[in-house]
Order: sequence, then C-alpha cells, then structure tokens
Amino acid sequence: MRGARPILPRWVDIGLIPVANVVFALLVAGLIVLAIGENPLAAVRVMLVGALGDSEGIGYTLYYATNFIFTGLAVAVAFHAGLFNIGGEGQATLGGLGVGLALLAGDRHMPFAALLPLALLAGMGFGAAWAFVPAWLQAYRGSHIVITTIMFNFLAAALMVYLMVNVLIAPGSMSPESREFGAATLPQMHEVLAPLGVKLTATPLNLSVVLAAALCVFVWLLVWHTPFGFELRTTGHSATAAVYAGVRPRRIIMIAMCLSGAIAGCVGLNEIMGVHHRLLLNFTAGYGFTGIAVALMGRNHPVGIVLASLLFGILSQGGTELAFAMPAITRDMIVVIQGLVILFSGALPQLSRPGFEWLFAQLSRRAPALRSA
Amino acid sequence: MDPQTGRLKECTAARSFAVELRHIDKRFGTVHANCDVSLRIAAGSITGIVGENGAGKSTLMSILYGFYEADSGEIMIDGKPVVIARPADAIVLGIGMVHQHFVLVDTFTVLENIMLGAEGGALLRHGAAAAREEVRRLEREYGLVVDPEALVAGLPVGALQRVEILKALYRRARILILDEPTGVLTPQETDQLFRILSALRSSGTTIILITHKLREIMAVTDEVYVMRAGAIVAHRRTAATDPAELGELMVGRKVRLTLDKGSGRFGAPALVAEGLTFRDQRGVTRVDNVSFCVRTGEIVAIAGVSGNGQSELLELLAGIRPPTAGHFIANGRMITPEAPSSPAEMRAIDVAHIPEDRQRSGLVTAFAANESAILGYQRDHGYSCWLLLIKQKLLRHCELLMERFDVRPRAPMLRSANFSGGNQQKLIVARELERESKVLLIGHPTRGVDIGAIEFIHRQLLQRRDAGSAILLVSVELEEVMALADRILVMCGGRIVGELSAEEADERRLGLLMANAQGGEVRAPAAVGAMP
Repeated sequence: MRGARPILPRWVDIGLIPVANVVFALLVAGLIVLAIGENPLAAVRVMLVGALGDSEGIGYTLYYATNFIFTGLAVAVAFHAGLFNIGGEGQATLGGLGVGLALLAGDRHMPFAALLPLALLAGMGFGAAWAFVPAWLQAYRGSHIVITTIMFNFLAAALMVYLMVNVLIAPGSMSPESREFGAATLPQMHEVLAPLGVKLTATPLNLSVVLAAALCVFVWLLVWHTPFGFELRTTGHSATAAVYAGVRPRRIIMIAMCLSGAIAGCVGLNEIMGVHHRLLLNFTAGYGFTGIAVALMGRNHPVGIVLASLLFGILSQGGTELAFAMPAITRDMIVVIQGLVILFSGALPQLSRPGFEWLFAQLSRRAPALRSA
Repeated sequence: MDPQTGRLKECTAARSFAVELRHIDKRFGTVHANCDVSLRIAAGSITGIVGENGAGKSTLMSILYGFYEADSGEIMIDGKPVVIARPADAIVLGIGMVHQHFVLVDTFTVLENIMLGAEGGALLRHGAAAAREEVRRLEREYGLVVDPEALVAGLPVGALQRVEILKALYRRARILILDEPTGVLTPQETDQLFRILSALRSSGTTIILITHKLREIMAVTDEVYVMRAGAIVAHRRTAATDPAELGELMVGRKVRLTLDKGSGRFGAPALVAEGLTFRDQRGVTRVDNVSFCVRTGEIVAIAGVSGNGQSELLELLAGIRPPTAGHFIANGRMITPEAPSSPAEMRAIDVAHIPEDRQRSGLVTAFAANESAILGYQRDHGYSCWLLLIKQKLLRHCELLMERFDVRPRAPMLRSANFSGGNQQKLIVARELERESKVLLIGHPTRGVDIGAIEFIHRQLLQRRDAGSAILLVSVELEEVMALADRILVMCGGRIVGELSAEEADERRLGLLMANAQGGEVRAPAAVGAMP
C-alpha cells in the first residue's frame, strides 16, 4: 500500500498529460522567442503552415517522421526487454553503410527488384551486427548496455569517417562522399502515387515510409501478441520470473538488441537509398538520439511512437521554414525548441502529473462518477 | 455494541491509554483502507491487532507512525491530541516500529545500525561509546542478546529482529509497534521474542502486535482488536476469546482451522533425489548431499528455517539451477550435472512448480492477470494460433481459473499487482494445478496469505495428492507442514538432518531439529502462555 498513488483515468494518463507536456514546452519556447523580439504566435503559425500547410510541407514532415519512427521503434523493442539502447545513432550509421555497400557493389550488375531486398537486408544486418556486440557483452559479460552502446556510437562515427575518407571516397572528389548509385534508388512517393492520379510536390518522402508503417504493425504484433513478445516483456519486467517461465534471458537480450539494431538500420535505407543516393558522412543527423525521446514520449507503443514521430517531424520541417521566415530565429533556436519538447515530454514526463492528480482528486470528490471513467 | 465491549469499557475505565485513535479514516483512490477506526490501547499492555491481508492493519499502523496522514480522525498519545505528519514526529513521541521486512544496512555493524539517525554529535566516537553502554543496559534488562560489533550481514533473522527492537528502544520508544514479527522465526526464536516482549511490558512499554497468526495472539497479548475490510469488527480481552472465534471474526464466516486429510494412498516413487549437491558461484555448498523420494499420492514437506538450502533445492528440482553433483529422477527423466534440465523441459515432463516468491517469480506484477495466468506456458499451443497469442483464449482461460479457484476480483484484465497477496497466490496455484501434473514442487504456498485463502489452497493441495500427484512442499510454517505432510524432512545448513512421519512430528521436535546446527540460537523451548 505504501506509496499508492491516486488513480487517474486512462485518457488523462495517455492523452492529456503528454499533450500538456508539449504545451508547457511550447510555452517556454514562446517565452524565449518573445525574449529575442519575435512574436511567438506568428512563429507557431509559420511552423504549422510550413509543416502541414501544403503537400510539400507534409511530404517533408512525413520524411522526417519516417526516421523518427525507425529509431523510436528500435528504442522501444529493446526497452520492452529491459534494455536501454542508446546506440540507435551508431546502428543507423552502420545500417546506412550496409545499404551503401550493397548498392555500390550491385548497382551495375543487378536489377532493382534484386537490389532492394539486398539493400534492405544489408542495412538491417549491419545495424543488427553493430548491436550484437554490446548485446553479447551485456548478456555474457555483464557490461552495461547503456555504456557500451554509447561507446559504439563513437566507434561507428570514427569507422565511417575512416571508410569515407580512405576507402569509399569517389575518385577525384574533394568531399568524403562515394560515387552516386546508378538507377538503384528508392522510388519517391510522388513518383509512386503519380500513376494513381495523386499529384504531390517532389519531396524526399520515399517508399521507406511504407516500411516504417509495416514495422509499426510488426512490432505491435511481435511484442504484444506472440509468445516471443510475451517472453520479451517478461524478461524486461522481471528476469527471475523469466527464468522461472523457462525463458533464457541471455537469448532474449541478444534477439531484442539485434532486432533493435536492425530497425535502427532502416534509417540508412531512407537516407542513403531514398534521399542522398550516395554514401556520405553524418546522414543520421541525430535521429538515433531523438528516437529515445520519441520512444519515451510515445510510451514505447507503436501508436504513441507514430504520434511522437509526427510531432518531431513537424518540429523539424516547421523549424526549417521558421528559420527562413524569421531570420532572428536561427537554426540553433529550432534545436532549442526541440530540446525543450524532449525535456518536457521525455525527461520530465511526470512533471505535471501531481497537478493532474490533485485536480482529479478535487473533481472526483465532487462527482464520484468521474472516477469510474 | 456487543456485551463483551461493554464489559471491557468498565474494566478499562480506570486505566490510562498510551494510544487512542478516534474515527481514523483513510482512502486510497477507490479503496477505503480504514473506515472510522477507533481504538484505545492501555499503557503497559500488549495489544494484538489481527485481520486478513488487506484488512487495513498496516495502513492504520502507518498512520500512527507517520507514513501516511489520515483523511480525518484524531490521534491521542498519553491522552493528549497530537499530529504525526512524518516518522520523525512519531519517534519524538516515543513510538517505535519494527517492520516486517528489516530495514538494516547489511555492511554496518549492529552498533552502527542502532546509531544510524541518532549518532549523537559530529564525531562518531563519543556517540558510539554512549550507544555501546546503552545497548549493554538494554541487553541486560530485556534479554536482547546481540553482539554489538557483529556485522549485520552475518546474523540470523532472529538476531536481526532483536537489532530492530534495540534500535527502537535506543530511541526511547515507549510504544512499540511490531508488524508481523514472527513470519521468519523458528518456534524457539518466537518464544524468545515473546519473552522479550513480556519483559518490556513489565517495565511499562506499550506493545502493539500486528499479526494474522492467532496462536501468537493467544500466547502473548492482553487484548485484541479484530479488523475486517478496513473497520474494527471486534475488541476482546484475550483471556475471554479463543482462536476459533477470532478466526471467524477475521474472515466473517466459520473457518476450519484443522484439515482432516486422511491417510494417503502412496504409489510408485515419482521424484527421487540421490546425493544431490549444489554449490553457488562463490563455492558455498547450499545443498549438501540430499537424498529423498516422493511417491505418488504423497506430500513430503521440507521444514527448516528459511535460508538453509530449501530455496536452492526447489530451484534445482525445477530445472532453474543445474546440480553440482548427484542426480535426481523426475517422471523417469534422470537429471545429472552432465545432463542438466531447464524450467521449460521440467514443465514438458509434467513437473509443475509453485515458486517461493510470487512477486518476483510466480507472476509478472506489471502484466494483466490473464497474461500472468499463462506464465511458463506461453508456448502452449492452446493459447495461440499461427504464432499469435489469441487474447480471447487467454481471457477465457483466466476466467476459468478465477472461477475454479475463487480469485477475486474476477477481472482478467486487471494488473496482477492490483490483486491482494492471497488472490495472486490463488492465481498461481490455479495455473500450476490446472494441468494436474504428476509431480508438484511447491514453495511457501501460503506465505503472507490470509486465513480464508490458506484453507482453500491447502484443500486444493490435498485434493491433488488424493488424485495421485507426488508433492514436495517447502514451508517455514510448521502449522502448514504438520497440516499437510505425510512425511517431514528437516533441512539445516543444506543437509537433511531429520525425517519424521506426520504422526511423530510435533512443534517441539521439529523446532529442535530445525535449529540443530544453528549454534548459539538453540534454547529449550519454554512454554509461553497457552498453546492451543
């Protein structure tokens, strides 16, 4: 009984509180915008119109959201096994490397129909392999997964620089980029939908978004509706219960981390095969880290992750527009706003909770019917 | 008001009350934990508060000790109204609490633990000298024997409890609350505790004893309050009541305290261990050359003070740990160090296991009840179709178990953590008995479970025995061991130190065997009060 909390209605817990947290973050961001002499309401308008106002804005928003879904799902899968995978950034980097290597090797010899699965397998495989080592160290040597995955982010960045500068750089190029892939690129959504009579502005949004949607369903089924997912969640909640239930926790750790790495690796498919069409540095752009906030905010559930990804997509795309429209608000300001949202909904998700608990205690004292809601 | 209470009023009118609670009310969300509780505890008495789990005893004491604040009501200490907002207030008022789960720092000595929070100055040396002196005095006066320089980590549970009591007395507690103090003690240690309590009472300390063991209430208290569903339902002088009446008041219906188990029809051996040995990672021998056999239709109980290898033995047999030496045969499968088993395999060969720790092993507290109801059987084809678990099947299965084993509330979607301890245990027992396995391994099936549920679970186990299961029962509750077992093995220091048939066993013989190799903890049991 000790520490028992008042019970909040479910819709408050999973609906109202996250929304309130975002509102608080935007209020604080509004104060900062005010402080540098711009109108916060006008800024919000620019962001929303820029992100959702036309098919170009929506296309960009969804393109960003695709990456957030991949990294958010990656964090969530590991989280349900009780593992905090901070290594999404590195696993995404390696995923991109895998995609790039597959395409560089095969684009001149293989048809697209063979290249696509090859690139996908390579991206997921490389991501999984990058997660395999920390997973093994955690399962069999007791090294903490948080520490090892963080270190593997640095290793991934260093490895990528070495490969791009010394090995994969296009002959005669001044910047560390590989040659462009031939025709082996993911079709963009405006191309895909054009024959169906849907007219969209050209944006980076490509077929990866379909993969992201499919992975959401896959993760939902796997974690909550299969015996394996049952064992995964059991391990995450209580290792002793897992052992009792005939589960081998080490095996679950290995599988969960590899799966997590594979999903993070899909960022590489979106970026390398879908957008840049060549291997380059820093294409992960912090998606792996933001994915942690996305998963936290989305409560590690695919539906929540999709919503959180859309929010972060809007912030990314709207922020770019904002930097154009209001020169006083620089690109760094946008990062501050994103940081505030992460702070309020990721790091301090329980900040507003006592307030709501108090509020609902007051309300339910007057109207007992509310409590049963 | 019943006449009994009326009589009590007369005879207590002249006495002073150390503690008086008036109309205490406390809610947690929808749960009404205490409703309008009023009680008076005479100074220098031992008062028992009994009730099933969830009856509100612990909440009430937490309010008295300042963990919670009551929604309404008054607390009077020594006749004066007081406000107790936090434990520090309670300590100042002279209230001390001995928790069910000891709150001691393992790596500190006894003396350091006693001083913790009352160090007496910036430098430890002066405080330590004074504390040592004071602890010696308390030892002499009340027989609270502990070595002040010993490390807490190495002490037996009985000694840990004495440290907790010393801690409270060192803070000048005049009112001592003990929350389920005997759960982990041997009968001899329990008797010793009761002697200490009596000594404390004669020096004027007021003692509140929270328990659900009626025998202890009868043995040591002066008065007793019975709680049910958050309210006080009865107040008796101990001398004027008996266990049957108290049990009935607690549960709200007649309870059969003794089972009539009849004699079993024993068949062929189903579980045979020979020279079974287990050494842990640090090389300590936990299970030492243990041999026994359980026949079908037989309940063999392993008695012993907890921590003497029973847990490890049970885990060996369940496939959770591999044996270091020796072997055992379960349902014809021979398990050796070279050919170890796994929990999944043991289930597959029809060995069911009710684990000792239901919160950590038996179920997943964060899971809905219907998910906890398949823990261990999640790969069973009955629950899935095309690799997917089918929710309807889980719900129907869970409803069925809840119906048959009277799990309340009947809510398969409710989180396992939100069921009371007894109902969690019934769910686990239901899950493991459902398959009618030939071999049953059972650890502490009724620990922290209330009387009504104990009766129910015991009857279910006897039914399985009569249906031909071979049952190995590990328990520290001697009453349970004697109520269920056909044969009793006593374990101490990892070895089996004695075997008694159900007829030969009595509390004294078992207690002596259990404490046998414990060294300084052995004392001849003195008769305390009237043992029913």
